[in-house]
Amino acid sequence: MTQDEFLDVVMPFKDKVFRLAKRLLVSHEEAEDATQEILLKLWKNRAQMQNYRNVEAFAMTMTKNFSLDKLKSKHAQNLKIVHSNYQDKNASLQKQVELRDSVDWVSKIIEELPEQQKIILQLRDVEQYEFSEIAEMLEMNETAIRVALSRARKTIREKLTKTHNYGVR
Amino acid sequence: MVLDEIKILLEKYDNGETTLLEEQQLKDYFSQETVAPELEVYQPLFAYFSQSQKEQFTKDVPLKPEKTFTMYKWISVAAIAVLMFGITIFNPFERAERTYAQLTEQEKMDYDNAMLAFNLLSSNFKKGTDNMSAMTKVSEKLNEGQRKLALLSEFDNATDRVFKY
Repeated sequence: MTQDEFLDVVMPFKDKVFRLAKRLLVSHEEAEDATQEILLKLWKNRAQMQNYRNVEAFAMTMTKNFSLDKLKSKHAQNLKIVHSNYQDKNASLQKQVELRDSVDWVSKIIEELPEQQKIILQLRDVEQYEFSEIAEMLEMNETAIRVALSRARKTIREKLTKTHNYGVR
Repeated sequence: MVLDEIKILLEKYDNGETTLLEEQQLKDYFSQETVAPELEVYQPLFAYFSQSQKEQFTKDVPLKPEKTFTMYKWISVAAIAVLMFGITIFNPFERAERTYAQLTEQEKMDYDNAMLAFNLLSSNFKKGTDNMSAMTKVSEKLNEGQRKLALLSEFDNATDRVFKY
């Protein structure tokens, strides 16, 4: 497999790999490093790539495992930044600013979700994969995925409603 | 789209039962400027999804073309092997050794002249070393003088002591 052929295969989903890594690792730089690592791994194993049924799904599974491993080793090092000092909302701010603010807020809410739910939400709501594809990537059955997704969505809605009402009052 | 339909879709969405198409409809609805006030909560959520969809990986990945590299490596190994082989078989540094008798007349004359010149040089060198031996004698004398000087300084010390008392 030549470099061009490899890039043809990898290019369509490299951003998805990056976004999933960023969803889990939060830091932009770390996500970049992770993506690089995964692409290099794929490049090294490009000889076997023809054997994979779905390279993209395989890459996403790799990304998930790699990022979770990274997180585990980070927890082991006891390096954890906890966001606890959210800025309080000013009701007099313009609508546009408020919306952008609440978009940030969504990202913070998602950050607090359990990793499993984060991954599923990312794959479904951002990357728009079919449930069958997600099931293949995560080696889970579709029902379990739907349940986790529903839980994640409801948690986000509840928290958003809370802050939304807080902003209005 | 009718508001009721959106509400039904949202209900399905929260239960994880929407299809991708339905989710796209929701995204489209919430990307409008104004949404129903009771649904405003959802607006940042879908805005966030659309926004994070756009994020891209921009870093370059150095894909080393290993195959060509190994090929170059083997080519260089082969080149060195060929070179070594060539040197051992047709050694350009090797000179055939011949005895004096095998030389031609011209070469003999050159050889003799060269020898004569070398001998002359060497005899001059010999003279030079003879002169150098004279220098060593001088240096010996100098050393002796120095020893004498040391004695003198000791005598000086003695006289100093005498003057002190």
